[in-house]
Order: sequence, then C-alpha cells, then structure tokens
Amino acid sequence: MGITIEARNLVRRFGVFTAVDGVSFAVQEGEIFGFLGPNGAGKSTTIKMLCGILAPTSGELWVGGVDVRTYPEEAKHRIGYMSQKFSLYEDLTVWENIEFYAGIYRLPKESKGGWMEKMLALSGLEEEKHRLAGDLPGGYKQRLALGCALLHDPPIIFLDEPTAGVDPISRRNFWELIAQMAGKGKTIFVTTHYMDEAEHCDRLALINNGKIVAAGTPTQLKERQTGVLLEVATLQPIRAFALVRRELPETNPALFGSLLHVSLSDRAAMEERLLELFKNENITVDSMSAISFSLEDVFCQVMGPGGTVGV
Amino acid sequence: MPSAIVLKGLVKEFSGIRAVDGLSFSVERGEIFGLVGPDGAGKTTTIRMLVGVLLPTSGTAEVAGFDVVRQPEEIKKRIGYMSQKFSLYGELSVQENLDFFADIYLVSGREKEARQKRLLHFSKLGPFVGRQARHLSGGMKQKLGLSCALIHTPEILFLDEPTTGVDPVSRRELWEIVYDLLEENVTIFVSTPYMDEAERCSRVAFIHKGKILALDDPKQLKTTSGREVFEVKVKNPRQWRESLEGLPGLLEVEIFGDKLHLSFPKGGMEETALKELLARPGGAVESIRKIVPSLEDLFISLVKGQPSGG
Repeated sequence: MGITIEARNLVRRFGVFTAVDGVSFAVQEGEIFGFLGPNGAGKSTTIKMLCGILAPTSGELWVGGVDVRTYPEEAKHRIGYMSQKFSLYEDLTVWENIEFYAGIYRLPKESKGGWMEKMLALSGLEEEKHRLAGDLPGGYKQRLALGCALLHDPPIIFLDEPTAGVDPISRRNFWELIAQMAGKGKTIFVTTHYMDEAEHCDRLALINNGKIVAAGTPTQLKERQTGVLLEVATLQPIRAFALVRRELPETNPALFGSLLHVSLSDRAAMEERLLELFKNENITVDSMSAISFSLEDVFCQVMGPGGTVGV
Repeated sequence: MPSAIVLKGLVKEFSGIRAVDGLSFSVERGEIFGLVGPDGAGKTTTIRMLVGVLLPTSGTAEVAGFDVVRQPEEIKKRIGYMSQKFSLYGELSVQENLDFFADIYLVSGREKEARQKRLLHFSKLGPFVGRQARHLSGGMKQKLGLSCALIHTPEILFLDEPTTGVDPVSRRELWEIVYDLLEENVTIFVSTPYMDEAERCSRVAFIHKGKILALDDPKQLKTTSGREVFEVKVKNPRQWRESLEGLPGLLEVEIFGDKLHLSFPKGGMEETALKELLARPGGAVESIRKIVPSLEDLFISLVKGQPSGG
C-alpha cells in the first residue's frame, strides 16, 4: 500500500488573504483520513484544490499518482466527490438519478447497467428504485448521493460533511458502508464537524487559519493532551459547577448530567484546591476520577485561543 | 415548587398523521432537559406547542404554571425561545440586534448594560459588535441568536436544535452561555439530534415517531441498555470484519480507527469467552474490554426493538 493523496507546502491566496498556508500531508491507500477545522479554516479550499477545480497558488499536489496541477482532468477520473449539497434531481426517480450520473461519467455501454445495479444495491435503495428522489428521507438521499458519486468506481473518495442533518441510525449505516469500502482498498478523505464521526477515521489532520495545527490517529491526539481531565460525581452538580466556574474558571468546567468535568493542568497542585473549595461550600463529592480526553477536548484546545501546535 | 413544564397526553396531528403521539412527562425547575431524537421525530412540533405558537390536537400542557391553549400570552412573557430559524436582522449589527431585542423585552438601563456585557463575554462576540449579522459565520449567528433570546432572564428557555451545523468550539461557547443561566435557576428545554449533546442534560427523553422511548438521567439510561459492548483493539480492524460474522449473538460491529466495538445482547457474552472466540492464528488481539454503551447505542437498540422500527 502506498501514498495516494499527497500535498506538499500547498498555498492558496485570494488577493491578500491566504486561505491555505503551506499545508502538507500524505494519505495512504485504504485509509480513512479525517480533515477537521472550523468554518473558514481552509478545509473547502484544500478539497477544491485536491479535486482539481481550483488551482493552487504554489505547492505540489498528487492524487492517485497524478500531478493535479498539470493533469487536473486525469485526477478527476480517479476521485468521487460527495457532499450534503450534492445535487440530486428531486423530480427524477432514484434509478433516473443513477442513470443521469452514469451518463455524465460516460460509463461504457457494456458495463453501465451492471454498475448502476451495483450502486443501487450499495445505496440499499432497491425497494425505492422508482421513488422520486425528492420524496426520500434525508438518510436515503445521502446514500443515493454516495452511490451516484461512486458510479465510475473511483479509488479515492472525498466526503465533504456527508452526514450533516442525518439521523443516528442512518449515520451508523453510512459509516459501516464507508468502513467496508476502505476495507476493499478505497481511500476516504472526509471532513466533518462531528467529533464522534472523527473517531471513525484512521488518521486526522486539524486545520486552522490555513495551517495544519495537529495531526495523528484519534488515540495519539487524545494522548497528547496535556494535563488531566477529572470527572466529579456529586449530589449538588449545579452548585458545584457554579462554584468552580467562579473560583477556578481556568479549569473549563462543563456539566454532563449529574457529572462535572474539569481539566487540570497540574493535578497535584489543583486537586487539593478543588476538594477544599467543595468542602468549604458543603458540597459532597461522591467520586472523582481521571477520564480520557475526548476529540472535542482536543479540537477546542487546538482551535481555541492560544491553541498549541501538536504536529 | 411546581414543575416548570407538565405534559399530559399531548397529541398533534397534521392531516391525520400523528407527529406527536401522546407525550406525558414533567420538567423540574432548574433542569437542563433534553428532547433527543432524529429529524422528523416530533421535537420541533412539541416545542412549538409548549411555547404557545401551535395548538395541540388533544391533551394538555402547562408551562410556568400556565395552560398553553388558554394562556399563551402569559407563557410568552416568561420564556425565551430560540427556534432553528431564529430571525436576526441581517442588516443590523451585532450591537443593534442586541439593543433591538432588549427594547422588545423592555430591558433597559443598568440591567440591559450588565446583561449585554455578560452575553458578549460568554459568546465571545465582543470584537464583532459592529459587524452586520448577515456577515457572521454560522456558529456566530447561533450565538447571537441565543444572546438575543436571553436579553431578558426567562424562567424557562426553549432551544430547538441550537448547535446544528456549528463547529465544536462554537458549540462549547453556546453551552457556556446556557450554563450561565443555571445559576439563576432557569429551566432549560433543549432539542437535539446529537447524542454527545444529550450527555450534557440532567435528564433526557428519547423521542421517535412522536413517542417517548425512554426518559432518565443519561447515566441511568446507559445502565438500562439491552446491550453489552466490548471494545477490541486489533491491528487492521477492517480485515477482521468478515471473520466476525459467525460470532454467536453478535448484534453489530462498528469500526473506530484501530478499535472494534462489538455489541451483544445483555448477558449474551462474557469477556473471557470472547477472548477465546477471537484467539486465532494470524491476527493478534491487543486488548478486550467491556465499555459502557453510549447513548447512541441505547437509542439504536430501543428503536430496533420497536415492532415498527426500521
């Protein structure tokens, strides 16, 4: 297995504004690679360059062994692209939509029918074949969009916020499908706002202000967090929360049901202070234990003010 | 103290279809109550009835002690409501929007000043007070919308999917604004399709096809799950997938990077037995541990357990 997507020192300027500022990464064949960042961080600009629809200002870029800057059309044949805004024709049926995209991709006559059937099955929409796309629930539309994007059997698949607004069961089925495709050697490049989805990825790159600010497997990124996250169980969670927020705001307290989360940069020094606070205010602590940081913690630390570079 | 919200057999039909199908529960004062379910489950319809803008087909609901059908105006005085399509004035600046909503809610003088200062602090919108609302990012718009809904201190705050499409940093900041209300004993009723957000609520009601599937503290809910979930760490988890098909009782396999999550019916699998079943030449298991099922696991098992569920 080799590298199938590679960016080296990729830069894109719009006038004086640098949207992508020296981004480098490499994605292996068969990998699910997650690209995360707030709105305006440079995610979409990067994807557009990878897909050959926007030329970089400088830097190098290969997709499926093709230099995208020199041969953008060649690169396009090697990729499938799907986003929440993927255009399905709502007044066409499921099958007519598939037929339409088969035409766009100019599938050869001999293999066209077979591929169309295959994508219908992959979308799990055999029973909806003659329903109008506009009448399908959100999760079905999204699977149809994915099926259409994969008609030309591309080895590399770009998914741009693919599950925004889709219910939990459909999301789970969708990720199951993605994992199966990666298992068959397809490379998946995905952007998402949802950290529980990012957990499905083999590796992640976090981008902010046009620069990669952290990269690694989800486990590595969580382990790299400094300090310790404490989960405090108390009978007076709201009072405890208000107290910590007032006295120790730097611990970023958060409430999770009856549990309080606080992050301590220096456990030895601060745990005592915390317990003393609770004691003085007659707050009974049932238990206090260190738990692992979530990807959301990682994201907020890296993207927040004074975010650290953890590459 | 009487409950903040009481629903008794609340029903809403749209041309014969029951969008909300007999909801009965109460929300206590000072709670963060989450109504959690997929799109089309009946969340927004429920909220619209509770805030007095949509009449129920049958059943009753009381909010802040007032009846939603007979006393909607009394309710509106006592609540804050942020809908999914909250209307900000796009051509007005952040400051002008805040001032406008302060005028509407008759908040003035020192109270207005103090309130705005606090909201700008937690929303981190301070540097953008002069920017037109239409030029804000999605997350900033949501934060401004919430700030406008909170310019007066309501007894009860209704939030309809406040963080859909919002990045994690802005989501956290939104919750910071919400937390600020807890100290003032404000009751918060929030709807969301996101399970990680449900974790932030003191109690959660799962809603599906207009009916409540379960209602409890998130911690309690997880203990009621009919599933046993094991986290299995292996090299190349995707290559394991197919060989797992024959495992007795296996309900579901999920792949998370370098880990597999295997779900079994409760009591249907022991850690030691699983270890033996997975011991095979050619692919070493690095570790196996039982994990607490997530709220999403629970939701999915509840929906799949339903006769009509998909």
